[in-house]
Amino acid sequence: MTLTRRSLALTAALLAGGLGLPAVSAVAQELKIGLSSEPSSADPHFHNLTPNNAVARHVFEPLIFMDEFQRLGFGLAQSWKVLDDLTWEFKLKANVKFHDGSPFTADDVIFTMNRVPNVPQSPAPKTSYVRGKTFEKVDDLTIRVKTAKPEPLMLNHLAQIEIMSAKAAANVTTQDLNAGKGTVGTGPYQFVEFVPGDRYVVKANAEHWGGKPRWERVTFRFLKSDPTRVAALLSGDVDIIENVPTADAARLSKDARVTVSSALSNRIIYLHMDRHREDSPFIKAKDGSAIKNPLNDLRVRKALSMALNRQAIVERIMENEAVSTGQLLPDTYAGTSKKIKIPAYDVDGARKLLTEAGLLPAGFKLTIHGPNGRYTNDTKIIEAVAQMFTRIGIETTVETLPPAVFFTRASTGGPNRTPEFSMILAGWSAGTGEPSDTLKALLGTFNPQAGTGAANRGRFSNAKMDELLAKALATVNDQQRNALLAEATEVAMEDVGIIPIFFPKNTWAAKKGLKVTARTDEYTLAMSVAR
Amino acid sequence: MLAFIIRRFAQALFVVVAMVVIVFFGTNVVGDPVWMMVPGDATQEQVEEVRRAFGFDQPVYVQFFRFLADIAQGDFGRSYVHGGSAIRLILDRMPATLELAVVALIFAVIIGLPLGLFAGLKPDHPASRAIMAGSILGFSLPTFWVGLMLIMFFAVMLGWLPATGRGPVTTFLGIETSLHTLKGWQHIALPALNLALLKISLVIRLARSGTREASLQDYVKFARAKGLSPRRIVGVHILKNIMIPIVTVLGLEFGSLVAFSVVTETIFAWPGMGKLLLESIQRLDRPLVVAYVMVVVLLFVTINLIVDILYSALDPRVRLAGKSE
Amino acid sequence: MSDVVATPRAKGEFARFVDRFLEDRVAVFGLGLITLIVLLAVFAPLIAPQNPYDLAKVDIMDSRQPPGSKSMDGFTMWLGSDGVGRDLWSGILYGLRISLMVGLLSGLIAATIGLCIGLIAAYFGGRIENVIMRIVDLQLSLPSVLVALILVALLGKGVDKIIIALIVVQWAYYARTVRGSALVERRKEYVEAARSLGLSHTRTMLKHILPNCLAPVIVIATVQTAHAISLEATLSFLGVGLPQTEPSLGVLISNGFQYMLSGKYWISFFPGVALLLTIVGINLVGDRLRDVLNPRLEK
Repeated sequence: MTLTRRSLALTAALLAGGLGLPAVSAVAQELKIGLSSEPSSADPHFHNLTPNNAVARHVFEPLIFMDEFQRLGFGLAQSWKVLDDLTWEFKLKANVKFHDGSPFTADDVIFTMNRVPNVPQSPAPKTSYVRGKTFEKVDDLTIRVKTAKPEPLMLNHLAQIEIMSAKAAANVTTQDLNAGKGTVGTGPYQFVEFVPGDRYVVKANAEHWGGKPRWERVTFRFLKSDPTRVAALLSGDVDIIENVPTADAARLSKDARVTVSSALSNRIIYLHMDRHREDSPFIKAKDGSAIKNPLNDLRVRKALSMALNRQAIVERIMENEAVSTGQLLPDTYAGTSKKIKIPAYDVDGARKLLTEAGLLPAGFKLTIHGPNGRYTNDTKIIEAVAQMFTRIGIETTVETLPPAVFFTRASTGGPNRTPEFSMILAGWSAGTGEPSDTLKALLGTFNPQAGTGAANRGRFSNAKMDELLAKALATVNDQQRNALLAEATEVAMEDVGIIPIFFPKNTWAAKKGLKVTARTDEYTLAMSVAR
Repeated sequence: MLAFIIRRFAQALFVVVAMVVIVFFGTNVVGDPVWMMVPGDATQEQVEEVRRAFGFDQPVYVQFFRFLADIAQGDFGRSYVHGGSAIRLILDRMPATLELAVVALIFAVIIGLPLGLFAGLKPDHPASRAIMAGSILGFSLPTFWVGLMLIMFFAVMLGWLPATGRGPVTTFLGIETSLHTLKGWQHIALPALNLALLKISLVIRLARSGTREASLQDYVKFARAKGLSPRRIVGVHILKNIMIPIVTVLGLEFGSLVAFSVVTETIFAWPGMGKLLLESIQRLDRPLVVAYVMVVVLLFVTINLIVDILYSALDPRVRLAGKSE
Repeated sequence: MSDVVATPRAKGEFARFVDRFLEDRVAVFGLGLITLIVLLAVFAPLIAPQNPYDLAKVDIMDSRQPPGSKSMDGFTMWLGSDGVGRDLWSGILYGLRISLMVGLLSGLIAATIGLCIGLIAAYFGGRIENVIMRIVDLQLSLPSVLVALILVALLGKGVDKIIIALIVVQWAYYARTVRGSALVERRKEYVEAARSLGLSHTRTMLKHILPNCLAPVIVIATVQTAHAISLEATLSFLGVGLPQTEPSLGVLISNGFQYMLSGKYWISFFPGVALLLTIVGINLVGDRLRDVLNPRLEK
């Protein structure tokens, strides 16, 4: 079936192009992209995962778009108004049609919002984006959203939800959507097929409201192994690859056959320190006896941050595919602080602080834990950090674990489901494109009822930061909220709640002649590819 | 005969049950699959919600009884990550793996047999020594390393063959295959060669020792004395004699090809079930691992059974009942 | 695949056996190779310019240096350095220790277990033999990569765990071989005589049957050790083997894998060569042993 369709398309293109045209131009209408991770489903609400969301964006569209810098813009919504702190009103674009020809209306929005929390067997539903919001239809092209409490992140949340057709997707299951039944959106591309383990294929939607898309057909191939992905690009199997391995980025950018583009990602790589125990299990005196947890001493935390030669890690391990940092998001984002500097690399200063804290000349032993294969070069980064800590008198060992094991133990491996480790390396990406989420999850005081500190695996707690963050989260005015968030970040960084290391870059490589607009959110989209 | 087949399947069932129990309880000890399912920025309540939805909050034995109850109703579990029936997902990927293994097997015979025959007929010829040294190298080279070298050389440096993936697929006589086009063959060439490497060495050695043994037999000596052409001696007498062990061994080795495809599929992004197994292991997708074990063990048992039956048909001296040795 | 190998008839044949072995120059080369590799591994701490596990000695400023570069500590890194700045020559020497240790230890334990079980099966026969051989058959019907992969996935990473997995996939080969040759011995008169003299089971098994089963066990052991080393490297490559922080050869190769296409070939090439030489050496010796200990093929 695939074959006939493809050869038909090829024949048609050849005929249309006339006899004289080389076959290349016909083939060039097709774009082949090598992805580093595979979407688990074609159902956009099934699994809230970067590859799933990225492929879904071709077929489905949310009310709000995020551009390559995660700035908000209009999607299927034409405009919005904040009626009061608890009510938002959205006007929908008129004359938008689904792939099956039916018109897009408020009913589809209501249907979608009701579907999101009710996807059976969903491993990571998008429920939290619609929770606390009531969606009402005002007329065919107007909806109103009421919230239980002020929701400053309304637009960021709506940007995560792809609108499905109330008609085509009524009563379809995730399996139906994978098979193409009901996989009908308003997006620039129409669903063709999803072959798990191999490819995801879409074709142009000529009727798209934004005009006919650039590519006739787009095939996403799943190429998990790094060298394999690079080899596929170099041998011409694919036109574009995402997630260029750090080892190959420099060489590819010099290769005349390839163009490379990159953007700073919204992900931070950081160290979290045990702050909830007086006797931390992986910190011992050099003779092996128990000592008081030194990480509760601000001077020690500062010393550790100063001992890190971030620039060396960026250059030697990440091969310049990263940028070192002293805060949670690159300062081009809203809500970040311009005042925070990257802590200077200062071995003598670090030793001095440790001496003041009474820990030198004796020193101590520390084990850093981390995942193996979750983040780019994760094990190597930890080994580099351990080298640097060893140089200031802390005998550091490294233990990396498979991600599933690591996160289980790092989150709930200790007694009474507390975090098990003394120091961990982890990463966090700010999907909403601003720091409130990061502050709340990584640095907010651990409180499952209030939903703060969800990923606070060091149990850092600072009352002043909590207060500033709570205030920010109740402020709908953008400017005021961003100022509060910046201040909260400053407080947390001054108290060294985490030790930030760097932001990795998201890098794409394309065949010469193609240009990829790099995105901060790691999405690989055919819409970002120009000739 | 029938009793023999029934007993073999009873044994297979025992292996399946044992493996399933080990895998089921084992994956639970390793880690909590929920962390591989939720996005990195999930909140505690999201995590707990998913945990409840999938029943991870229950003790393992409760989960196991649920699993058994589902099996009783014909439901062998759903993949945590993909959502669909785990057995279905495995079976969907099986044709790709079997295709790769069969082609690898064919490669092993057409490359290994002539080389082995030659080395057996002329054991002192320099070329024979080179072949035997090569076969030792073939035994020793780690599959994953060779795989990358093949990609580097044939796909990147020379640009002759595609580095990854499978060609366009069609259904022929109910079997899904990519071998009907040249493109399909181009795609399968490197991974099949990679997978075949160990088996080529094996065939060389079997063919060589078989040939050497056969050429010492009286009937071959007799044929030679009678003045039969060497071609006929090799073609009829020796080949016939060495084919039985080679076919038997290769039949048994087919299972190991399927197993080793985990490595090859990972390197060449071949969309088979081996790659799916590795991904499922990393994501702790227990239902998929369990389903893979069930499917593959049954596959092996069936292959072994067919080989045994064929063997007994070819060689009446072999009794089916007492199998070992 | 001839797992059953006839044994040398008399003990005085040992000298002849050595002579026969040494006749083949390739095998001698293999033996020399292994001897050299083992010596290098044993004396690694004395030979290696750097202790690659001591983080105070390893510097990331040295990372990815080509062969022949000078390290920050002033010594020459003849084989270059890896992604975190380990001297590769030192890394290979220490990696050899781990790879050989894993291969030999798992082989030794598996051989011991296999020997005992095989002897018991052959000696007692009947029901015991039936049950044991059924288990052996079942075990051998499952490919070793698959069993090891699933086991290591369940057990987790670590030297101890991979050794356990390798023992599980190896013991059955020994058990089957030992039973085969022990059955032949058991039927001989001297065993009958020993039994009728009232010697204990253990004594008969260990003193009389066991020594005559050793030849095939040695052949199997060489093949299995090479196989175990290669299997460990494969599992490490797949990311379920040994931890990356104290790398075996397999981990070194897998770490260098990502640099392969970017021209920094040495990071996985040299450990690959070391692994290859080790396995080839063992296989060459094993091959000759099989020929020498199997008189059927000679003459």
